[in-house]
Amino acid sequence: MSDSLAAADDGWSAQVYDLITHSGISLVTTVPDAGLTSLLRLCGDDESVCVVTLSTEEEGIGMAYGAWLGGTRALLCLQSSGTGNCINALALPAFTQSPCLMLVTMRGQEGEGNPAQLPMGRAVKNVFEAMGVVCLEAMTKEDVVRQFKQALDMAFAEGKMVAVLIAQQVNGVKSFSK
Amino acid sequence: MLERRKVLAHVLEKRGDALLVSSLGTSTYDLFAVSPADENAYFWGAMGLAVPAGLGLAIAQPERRVLVVAGDGDMMMGIGSLSVIAAQAPENLGILVLDNEMFEETGAQSGLSASRADIAEIARGSGFEKTMVARSEDDAAKLPDFLLRQGGPVLAVVKVGPSTEKPFFPSMDGPELVRSFRSAVI
Repeated sequence: MSDSLAAADDGWSAQVYDLITHSGISLVTTVPDAGLTSLLRLCGDDESVCVVTLSTEEEGIGMAYGAWLGGTRALLCLQSSGTGNCINALALPAFTQSPCLMLVTMRGQEGEGNPAQLPMGRAVKNVFEAMGVVCLEAMTKEDVVRQFKQALDMAFAEGKMVAVLIAQQVNGVKSFSK
Repeated sequence: MLERRKVLAHVLEKRGDALLVSSLGTSTYDLFAVSPADENAYFWGAMGLAVPAGLGLAIAQPERRVLVVAGDGDMMMGIGSLSVIAAQAPENLGILVLDNEMFEETGAQSGLSASRADIAEIARGSGFEKTMVARSEDDAAKLPDFLLRQGGPVLAVVKVGPSTEKPFFPSMDGPELVRSFRSAVI
């Protein structure tokens, strides 16, 4: 099976997509990652969801704030390496107590083949929690859906900053073998 | 050099139902001084995010004009967002860069636009079809129509001198800023 076909049936994206549309999220921003391929494709094929490709992840924090000011709900999808780009940006939802919902595919965990991914991957939870972001970890496909449901309530009912961290094992480890 | 508060007052004289976003520092003080309104989203921090926030707001409120007032430092920090905006091409979004070529808030240190960077040219290279640079009173006279009425996205760089008037500070209560904006707009 090709990577794209495998991604299209990854066991969690269809359910998360349903949760996105049913919870009124109409803006999805992203610097993409392989593990987000299926979800981003589902969102991109839906005319009621605006998918925006960013140049750097913190723009998604700013866009989510602007969208919230205008009455729209947003989701930022990113790889763990991009979480570090968001740190000062998180001061914005923190200072204004605005919702900030993030879906993070992890790198730098068990089996990581690229040592450059290790420092940020290991630091994600610490730096996010230091900024006040609630981190909900998902170790299985079922976890992703369950934690995303919880994250939606925390973000939009409580006005919290919340990230679902999808463990590398959920989508499989990227191979660097030749 | 144009006088920043005078130019901004001229642009916003007939702002209609436009929604404003201002970047941290002097842009926020000037917006609060010349056109205070609940429909202003004042930044106090998160440098570089005023322009992305303007894009999020423009997407959420496609029927309303959105104008971002950004300093040159804020614009440079968020410069990649110009490519993001060009790709989305929101017709209702304008960006006014108050370019004093310095970090005035932190002691007037020289900025990158004082050196070789040309923000309007970067915007064009990012995909903006409509940009202008205002250096004179004649140029400034074109700004209200360009920024608030022409089909966007549009970006104007206004070459301004340092602040000459005392700062006006809007509320520093973040949740209250959001509440008042949302109840005025949604």
